[in-house]
Amino acid sequence: MGPKPGVLMLKMMMPYLRDSLESKFTLYPLWEQSDKEGYLAQNAQSIRGLVTWTGSTVDAELLNKLPKLEIVSAFSVGVDKVDLRKCKERGIAVTNTPDVLTDDCADLAIALLLSSMRQVCAADRYVRKGCWPKLGQYPLTYKMSGKRLGIVGLGRIGMAVAKRAEAFSCKISYFARSEKSGVPYKFYDTVLELANNSDMLVLTCALTKETTHIVGRKVLDALGPEGFLVNIARGPVVDEQELVKALIEGRLGGAGLDVFEKEPQVPQELWNMDNVVLLPHVGSGTWDTRRAMADLAVSNLEAHFAGKPLLTPCN
Amino acid sequence: MVKPGVLMQRCLPDFQALLEPKYRVFPLWEQSDKEAYLAENAESIRGLIASAAMWVDAALIDKLPKLEIVSKTGVGVDRVDLHKCKERGIAVTNTPDVGTDDCADMAIGLLLATMRNICAADRLVRKGLWPKLENYPTFAHKMSGKHLGIVGLGRIGLAVAKRAEAFGCKISYLARAEKSGLPYKFYATVLELAKNSDMLVLTCALTKETTHLVGREVLDALGPEGFLVNVARGAVVDEQELVKALVEERIAGAGLDVFENEPQVPQELWNMENVVLLPHMACHTRNTVKGILELVVSNLDAHFSGKPLLTPYLDD
Repeated sequence: MGPKPGVLMLKMMMPYLRDSLESKFTLYPLWEQSDKEGYLAQNAQSIRGLVTWTGSTVDAELLNKLPKLEIVSAFSVGVDKVDLRKCKERGIAVTNTPDVLTDDCADLAIALLLSSMRQVCAADRYVRKGCWPKLGQYPLTYKMSGKRLGIVGLGRIGMAVAKRAEAFSCKISYFARSEKSGVPYKFYDTVLELANNSDMLVLTCALTKETTHIVGRKVLDALGPEGFLVNIARGPVVDEQELVKALIEGRLGGAGLDVFEKEPQVPQELWNMDNVVLLPHVGSGTWDTRRAMADLAVSNLEAHFAGKPLLTPCN
Repeated sequence: MVKPGVLMQRCLPDFQALLEPKYRVFPLWEQSDKEAYLAENAESIRGLIASAAMWVDAALIDKLPKLEIVSKTGVGVDRVDLHKCKERGIAVTNTPDVGTDDCADMAIGLLLATMRNICAADRLVRKGLWPKLENYPTFAHKMSGKHLGIVGLGRIGLAVAKRAEAFGCKISYLARAEKSGLPYKFYATVLELAKNSDMLVLTCALTKETTHLVGREVLDALGPEGFLVNVARGAVVDEQELVKALVEERIAGAGLDVFENEPQVPQELWNMENVVLLPHMACHTRNTVKGILELVVSNLDAHFSGKPLLTPYLDD
């Protein structure tokens, strides 16, 4: 039994993950080092694995400093910050953590729908400011049950949102690249038509060239002054400037947003609105899911070093 | 033909507009001397609109010798002296069903808002703190797939169960008696229910039996990773014990739409990140309030035209 394989961890993502890595591998904690360059140079020959996340970049420059690197294990589902081409060139395996976060993201979409339509956060503020005894009943809000829900993108997360919304007797329709057979929901081939026929729009699609700014002024106007938008996809799916205008001018009923075009910047015009809910990209941020992601990231490394098939390779 | 006289305890302008064509409305809230007003008009008052949170006690009923019907807005009749009404042969109607969906929606909304730190995270963003943090400082609790215990499995409890099933929750419940034909596990005590649940949602009526049903023992059984949501009545929970449990972190969090002494909300809760506090609004949507008022009027119409009541709680 030889020494435990060396694994470089770029940042302190989660103590549970760090502890797990430390128990199974020789851990090289990069964030603890004052001289990171020196540290990498010193330990380059021993580092065979690397753990990254959405907050770090694994580019050619870094890869060049790690001649013995065999596997990059991403603690995330997105690998847009990993130079996949360079990894392929070097024969470096790349794994991520899909599926484990589907439920959390779908839960969050429903949470944002309910919180914005029923003004949960605004009413909570009302109570904490002592308004209830002084001003009486909170104003009436919008019912969610029974309304028409349009889902943009019907992947795993979109389907999970639909399943939940069905239990609220919502009438579900969707937009996707193409109609999906065997699905009991109405398909629309443009987001505009979808918005014309929906009381709420939930965005769950991937960010691509086609989906960038797919929700703009026309779509927002189609949703209308009693319509609600929820975005758990990516900020740039929505034309944020138009969204802010629509909300300021009362052309849109309200919005629940977990993502923004220029995170962590959130348009200040929204900070005082009662009909919006603003979250700092918490999509999959629960103990259960982050632990599951950590377990998966570690399992991929273990499988690799044991010569077994990777669990969730993405290249 | 004299329009029947109906006493209104609270100002509801849309409602008054619905009533006035058919009824003579006696607006109690407008009177500086309510006692004298009642004495003066007692002979003319045949109906009473019982608004949310207003008491229709024996004292009031005694002042209204010609009262035939009490028509309550909302579903809860815990503030109507039913015993006295029965004695006097006064019919009581409420408005079940209309608010069921909204209330169940709000129960799920409160579960999610509390477990996923929605209001806390929203506050953080509005204070401009997101750019200063690399990560949101704490993880939240997943709701999907967890064990949900429902206290009271009436219309609202069933509606909550239906929604929670779609989140993959495992549902169990407490009710006065086991209900046949349901795919949910029955527990005969709330303590057993709490021991076996990650979240407890209260949807029961407030009665003698359910007063302070959730006390220290139940909260401890729910435990430091457990969540409580109350859309029933404040008094179902021993509020002092709940505050202590939250202050001492013996439960993970609570989403509350109702309190023991509304509109007073314990100030110890005002700064907590793991609670959500709402001003009794679970079924206050435009759709539902309209439906409630229409049903109240329909019940009055039925009574005064000798037809069967639509939604009697107590028949006359």
